[in-house]
Amino acid sequence: MGMTMTQKILAAHAGLDEVKPGQLIMADLDLVLGNDVTTPVAINEFNKAGFDSIFSQDKITMVMDHFTPNKDIKAAAQCKQCRDFAREYGVKNYFDVGDMGIEHALLPEKGLVAPGDCVIGADSHTCTYGALGAFSTGVGSTDMCAGMAKGKDWFRVPSAIKFNITGKLPKWSAAKDVILHIIGMIGVDGALYKSMEFSGEGLKNLTMEDRLCMANMAIEAGAKNGIFAVDEVTLDYIKDKVTKEYKIFEADPDAEYDAVYDIDLSTIKPTVAFPHLPENARTFDQIDEVKIDQVVIGSCTNGRIEDIRAAAEILKGRHIAQDVRCIIIPATQKVYMTAMKEGLLEIFINAGCAVSTPTCGPCLGGHMGILAKGERAVATTNRNFVGRMGHPESEVYLASPYVAAASAVLGRIAQPTELE
Amino acid sequence: MKAHGIAHKYGDNVDTDVIIPARYLNTSDMQELAKHCMEDIDIEFASRVKQGDIMVAKANFGCGSSREHAPASIKASGIGCVIAKSFARIFYRNAINIGLPIIECDEAAERIEAGDEVEIDFDTGVITNVTKGETYQGQSFPEFLINIINSNGLLNSLK
Repeated sequence: MGMTMTQKILAAHAGLDEVKPGQLIMADLDLVLGNDVTTPVAINEFNKAGFDSIFSQDKITMVMDHFTPNKDIKAAAQCKQCRDFAREYGVKNYFDVGDMGIEHALLPEKGLVAPGDCVIGADSHTCTYGALGAFSTGVGSTDMCAGMAKGKDWFRVPSAIKFNITGKLPKWSAAKDVILHIIGMIGVDGALYKSMEFSGEGLKNLTMEDRLCMANMAIEAGAKNGIFAVDEVTLDYIKDKVTKEYKIFEADPDAEYDAVYDIDLSTIKPTVAFPHLPENARTFDQIDEVKIDQVVIGSCTNGRIEDIRAAAEILKGRHIAQDVRCIIIPATQKVYMTAMKEGLLEIFINAGCAVSTPTCGPCLGGHMGILAKGERAVATTNRNFVGRMGHPESEVYLASPYVAAASAVLGRIAQPTELE
Repeated sequence: MKAHGIAHKYGDNVDTDVIIPARYLNTSDMQELAKHCMEDIDIEFASRVKQGDIMVAKANFGCGSSREHAPASIKASGIGCVIAKSFARIFYRNAINIGLPIIECDEAAERIEAGDEVEIDFDTGVITNVTKGETYQGQSFPEFLINIINSNGLLNSLK
């Protein structure tokens, strides 16, 4: 029986010729990631277990992005604990305020992930790097600790769902709409314990930023990982970023899938996920007037330069509605700098938006844009759970940067065509 | 090994943001976090829960964030076992890695009600509903994972 792309990467990292779905394996890791919320727990476990060395100074990365710039004294203490550990053990890829970015936007930009890699991260959206053709999955802090100490971790080999991508996205439809459509179709546990493998002739019409956005939200369908076939788009993206050696894996032609879905990009419409689950996806023919209080454009899902440009395309020469606050967060320093050079920050400030240094802040209800009781936000983030952005009785609506920006202008959930 | 206590019952897709809201994640003190466990969907849980109690939920328990603070705060609040139809995969591995007993069982997840007295035998996977006088067969773990659990977590098993 043939293997899926994920199974082949896992087999190679476990030193096995073949693996089967359900098999439990120990695999070698190419990269271990943590942030300022999950790394302190890993360090506590590291010390408690009595480890005194890390497996590699190059293959561990820590990104201070969740409650940074430090939101309070406790958050400052957590970052300090990570910083002290990184210094003591010589962790080279430690990123702090000033050169950090939101981890899942930063690592691909820094060339830290290559096709064929086996990556764990103590952050559920670590599945983002599947866009590069790597096996990459979110784990907990104890896994991160094991990874830091030993450079390996256990995995249950997943079966897979295949998404055969064809066509090209229409104007104003975005990768976010594709992944919300898919989650709406299969549900928040539709890919539980499985891989979501994306391939097909339509892949060439999805940029790397589109793929990063889609792979990012694989976890919102319960998936272990999302992964894209490696092609010219991938190689073009990594050529001036990745300096380490890498290997490209392809799914076997006779690989077995639990299900195969055809996704024609040309049929994808602007989509909004209503509270309180990402599977509550609706297109605009199913949306009545929903007034909003806040818009957030950013996050590991949609804070990359193409997302910021999309928001600017809508907001240029316009002003946001009177009773709306719009917070725009470029995901990395590089994105921020590019947006500045292209004049996008000026467009946002003229439109009445706040522009922030990179942070996960509002996405997880940490800081920098918390909602009061009864408030509603349209966000380009990835989760709309109860209390995700603030008060348990606030609401988050997930959408693309186009829809979020149009909604900011009109003060209600809106699509870009309403501004034409 | 057995667990025995009173059931606290929840529905489908209980996410890690409601198990422990991110606004409290500026500390990794699990006893402190236990004070806020489940508060966004069950404000009285922290004051009601007793050592050894059982948490019962339906499908996809623990979906969302990878925060280990979620199973750790459940464990620190005194819960002796979580029963669900299915677990989100990161929660599943976190629970095993930190030694919070979990067990998948459709029938138990349907039949057990809040306040029922429940006993779980981890060696056999048999769940007994003492209040209703019923038993349900839960799914036992594969040997690989039993070794991690018997070593008292992943880190001890790697030593």
